[in-house]
Amino acid sequence: MTTLTKDAGTPAPADAGAFLSVRDLHVSFRTEDGVVRAVDGLSFDVERGRTLGIVGESGSGKSVTNLTVLGLHNPQFTTVEGEILLDGQELITARESELEKVRGNKAAMIFQDPLTALSPYYTVGRQIAEPFMKHRGASKRAAWDRAVEMLAKVGIPNPKERAKDYPHQFSGGMRQRAMIAMALVCDPDLLIADEPTTALDVTVQAQILDLLKDLQQEFGTGIIFITHDLGVIADMADDIMVMYAGSAVERGTTDEVLRAPQHPYTWGLLNSMPRLDSDLDTPLHPIPGAPPSLLTPPSGCRFHPRCTFQDRVTGAGRCVGERPLLAPDRASACHLTADQKRTIFLEEIKPRLA
Amino acid sequence: MTEDMVLPAQHQPVTVGEPLLEVSGLTKYFPVKGGFPVRRTVGQVQAVDGIDLTVRVGESFGLVGESGCGKSTTGRLITRLLEPTAGKVSYRGQDITHASRRELAPIRSEIQMIFQDPYSSLNPRQTVGKIISGPMEINGVEPEGGREKRVRELLEIVGLNPEHYNRFPHEFSGGQRQRIGVARALALEPKLIVADEPVSALDVSIQAQVVNLLQEVQRELGIAFLFIAHDLAVVRHFSQRVAVMYLGKIIEVGDREAIYTRPRHPYTHALLSAVPEVSLTDDGDSAGRERIRLAGDVPSPISPPSGCRFRTRCWKAQDKCATQEPPLLRISGNHEGHLTACHFPEDPTTQARDEDIVLDPALAALEEEG
Amino acid sequence: MLRFLVRRILGAVVILFLLSIVTFLLFFGMPRDPALLMCGKTCNPTSLANIHHVLGLDKSIPEQYWIFLHNLILGSNQFAQGPCPAPCFGYSYHTNDPVWSTMMDRLPTTVSLTLGAAVVFLFVGLGTGMLAAWKRGTMLDKTVTAGSMVISSMQIYFLGPLALAALVYQSHIFDKPAYNDFTADPVTWFTGLIIPWVVLSTIFASQYTRMARSSMIEQLQEEHVRTARAKGMSRRYVFFRYAWRGSLIPIVTIFGIDLGSLLGGAIITEYTFGLPGLGRLAVESVQFSDLPLLLGVMLFSASMILLFNILVDATYAFIDPRVRLA
Repeated sequence: MTTLTKDAGTPAPADAGAFLSVRDLHVSFRTEDGVVRAVDGLSFDVERGRTLGIVGESGSGKSVTNLTVLGLHNPQFTTVEGEILLDGQELITARESELEKVRGNKAAMIFQDPLTALSPYYTVGRQIAEPFMKHRGASKRAAWDRAVEMLAKVGIPNPKERAKDYPHQFSGGMRQRAMIAMALVCDPDLLIADEPTTALDVTVQAQILDLLKDLQQEFGTGIIFITHDLGVIADMADDIMVMYAGSAVERGTTDEVLRAPQHPYTWGLLNSMPRLDSDLDTPLHPIPGAPPSLLTPPSGCRFHPRCTFQDRVTGAGRCVGERPLLAPDRASACHLTADQKRTIFLEEIKPRLA
Repeated sequence: MTEDMVLPAQHQPVTVGEPLLEVSGLTKYFPVKGGFPVRRTVGQVQAVDGIDLTVRVGESFGLVGESGCGKSTTGRLITRLLEPTAGKVSYRGQDITHASRRELAPIRSEIQMIFQDPYSSLNPRQTVGKIISGPMEINGVEPEGGREKRVRELLEIVGLNPEHYNRFPHEFSGGQRQRIGVARALALEPKLIVADEPVSALDVSIQAQVVNLLQEVQRELGIAFLFIAHDLAVVRHFSQRVAVMYLGKIIEVGDREAIYTRPRHPYTHALLSAVPEVSLTDDGDSAGRERIRLAGDVPSPISPPSGCRFRTRCWKAQDKCATQEPPLLRISGNHEGHLTACHFPEDPTTQARDEDIVLDPALAALEEEG
Repeated sequence: MLRFLVRRILGAVVILFLLSIVTFLLFFGMPRDPALLMCGKTCNPTSLANIHHVLGLDKSIPEQYWIFLHNLILGSNQFAQGPCPAPCFGYSYHTNDPVWSTMMDRLPTTVSLTLGAAVVFLFVGLGTGMLAAWKRGTMLDKTVTAGSMVISSMQIYFLGPLALAALVYQSHIFDKPAYNDFTADPVTWFTGLIIPWVVLSTIFASQYTRMARSSMIEQLQEEHVRTARAKGMSRRYVFFRYAWRGSLIPIVTIFGIDLGSLLGGAIITEYTFGLPGLGRLAVESVQFSDLPLLLGVMLFSASMILLFNILVDATYAFIDPRVRLA
C-alpha cells in the first residue's frame, strides 16, 4: 500500500518572488482503458526573469502539467485538482473568459513542432498580430507593425515582406522564431516552452536557445523550459525539476542538480547519456527497464522497479510500500539518506561520468 | 552465369580491416516535377552528390549531419532501397550498384538495415517470431535446429524473453521494439548493418540500452556498421571513423579522434560547438569550448550553392569558395586518413577562441545591446 | 491560376474524347440494332437497310465516329430533319428531335432540383454538424449524431414514396411534384419542387452533418488550433477562424462529387417523383438504343463531373494557401 502524508508533501507557501506557483497538482484523464494519473501531486514555483527547466521522458507528465497551467487540456476527459496561482490569480477554478485574458498575455507558450503549431491558413504576420489586438486592443495597423517589429527582433531577415508569408514558406528554424515572436508579442511574464528545439537541427537549435536567453535578458520573462535533453537544460535553466511518472523526483538549481544529483533516476539519466567528452570504449550505463504505465503506476516510489539502489534503503520494503516525498527547495524524493546519496554519487556515479 | 560469379564470394573468409563496402561517386538526384502544359522534370533535389566512403570489415563507421544532408538517402542507396543516379557501390569487391534481384540475393542476407521508427517498421499483424524469421524464410535459410530455435536464440541475444515468441509488436515498449528490429537484422548473420537513426525515436534512458546492445553485437559478432545519426555524441560513442555530411557531400572524414578533437572544416567546428552539453567540471558552464552560431538554416538541395556548399553560411568564405569546389583530401596538418574539403581550414582544436563567432544577426544585435 | 485552368480543361477534353470513343464502341458492342426498333411490325430487309442508311449505320464505325466528331465541333446540314448547329449531337433515333435541344429542355428540371436541394443540404448539414461539434458530448450532439446516422442510411426510393404518400396523397398538403418553368411562374416552380427538395436534402444533409461534425472535431484537435487558444483567442474565434477552414477541405471534395453527379442526372430521384430531367433521358436513351441521345447525355454528365472536379481543386487553393495550382 502506498502511504502518503499530505502535510509534508505540500511545500511552504510560495514566497513573494514567485510569479507562478503550482501546489499539489493532480491531473488525470479518463481513457477507454481506465484512468491515467498523468500528474500526481506536483508543486513548483517560477520567478520572473528565471528559467525553470523541467526534464523528463515521455509520459513523465511534463507537457501535461504545462498545458494544464494555461487550461489547455480537454475538460471533458480531464480532472484537475490542486492550486495554480499565476500572479496571485487562481487558474484551475478560473472561468474560460478569464483564462483567455491570461493566455498569450501574461503567460504564453511555444510548442515543439512549429510547422503544425502554426496555422497553415493565415499569414505569419496576422498570427503574430492577433494576440496583440486581442490583449492590447491595438488596431489592425498597429498590431501588424508590432508583428513586423517582433519578427525583426527574433532575426527574420526582411521582416516587412516575410510577415506576409505563410508558415509553409518559412524554414524550420524561421518558423520557430516566428513562434517565439508570437509568444512574446504581448511581453508576457511567463513563457512556457515545450520542447521548442527538439524538432530542429543542432546548429539551428543553438541559435534558438541563445535567442531565447537573450530575449529573456531583455524582457525579463520567466521561462518554463520543458525538454528531455539534459544538455539543453544545462544550457538554458537556472533551476531544474526532474520529473518521473507524473511527479517531481528532484529539484534544485542547475548546478546542484547536475553537479551533485541526489536521485537515482537523475543519476541514471546522466549515466546513460553519451557526451562529447565522455570516456570512450566503455559501455553506457542505461537505466534498466522501461517507464511505467500510468494506468497502473508502481506502488510506493514510482521508480522502484527500475532502481538499482533500493536494497540500500534502511527499512525493508520501504521503496515498495511508502511513497518518498519531495521537500521544498533543494530536495529529492528518495528514501536513501542524505549521506548515502552523497557517497553513492561521489563514489559510484561520478567516476562513470569522467 | 551471374550466379557463378556471385556464389563464391559469400563464403570467402574475411579479415578485420579489409574494405567491406566501398562507395565511390555515389549520387542520387530526385526529380522535381513541374512545367506547362505537360508536367516534366524541371529540377533535381541533389540529395547525395558524389560521395566516397569505405566501411571496413568489423568496423563501425558513423555518418553525421543535419536534416537534408543526405545521410539517410546514402543508407538507402547502399542497401539498394533506392537506385543510385550515378556512382558505384561495391561489396567485397563486387559491384552491386545495379545488380538485379537475383544477383543481389546472396548479398542481401549479408547487408541488413535497422530503421529509426520502431513503431512503423514492424508489421503489427505478425508475431515477433514471424517478424524475426521473415528474412530467413525469404532467403530460404534453414538454420540448424530449425528457425524457431534460432529466433529464440536471437531474442535472447537482444535481451528479450524467448517466451515472447508469439507476441505482437504492440505488446512491447519502444525500446523493446527496437530490439526486435535488431534481432531481425541479425537473423541472417549479416556482415554489415546499416542503422539509420536507430535510437533517435527512443527515450533517453532507453537509448543507452539500445546503443549498448548494438555495440555488443558489433564487437562480439564482428559486424560492420554504417551508423547514421544526427546526435554527435551518440555517433562519437559508437563509431571508430566518422564522416560529416552537408548538403549531399562529405565535407570531412576521419577517425573519431580527428573529427571530434582536431576538426578542420568550419562546418564541423560549428556543428560541434552547437551541441549543448552537461558540463561536469567545476569551472562553469561550457567554458573552454568555442562558440559558433551560424545564421539561418541549411539551403535547399534543389539549387545548392556553387563551389563549396557551406560557403553561404561560412565566416571564412572568399571568392575562391564560390568558384572552386574544394576536394576532399588530406590537407596539411591532418593525420593519415583525415580528409577535409575546405580551401581555408580552421585550426585543429575545439578550444574557445578569443572571440565568439556569431553570424546570426538577431543574436548579434541582442548581444550588442546587452 | 490561368495555367491551372488551361491545363485542367485540356485534360478534361482528352478524357471526354476517350469517353466518347468508349461509349461508341460499347454501343456497337451491344447485340441490339437500333434500326430494328424503328422498323416496326412491317419490317422487311429493304426498309431495314433503308433505315440503316438514313441513320448512317451502314458506314464503318470509325467513319461514323468521325462524322459524330465533325458534327459536334462544326455542326451539320446533312440531316434530313433540318440544320444542326454545333454542338451537334444529331437527332434522336426515337423521337426525331435534335438531341441538344432535348437536353436543354430537360436541363432546367435537373438544375432546379439539384441546386435547390444542394443549397439546403449544404447549409443545413454544415450548420448542424458544426453545432454538434461545438456542443460535443452533450445530449444535443448525441441526438444529432444518432439522428443523422439513421436518416443517412435511408434511400430516396424509400423516403420519397413515404413523403409522397404522407404529404400528397393522404393529406393533400402539397401538390404532386412537377416541374413548372421558373420564368413563367416562380411560385408554382417552388411548390412543385418542394417535396423532392426536402427529401433529397434530408438524406444529403444528414451525410453532410456527420461529415462536418467529424471533420470539425478532427480540426479542433490540430496543434495549430491549440496554439490559437494558447494565444488567448476566444473559443468562438478559434472555432470559426482556425478550425473551420481546415474542416472545409473534405466537405468541398464530397460536395463537388455530389453536385457533379447530381447535375449529370439524379436518376432515382427523378423517377421517384416523376420529374422529367436528364436522368430519365439517360435511361430512355439506353432503353431505345438511341445512340445520339446516349452520347449527348453521357458526355454532358461526364463534363459536369469533370467541371466540378476542377472547381473543387480550384477551391482548395482558396481555402489552403499551401495548395499551389500549376
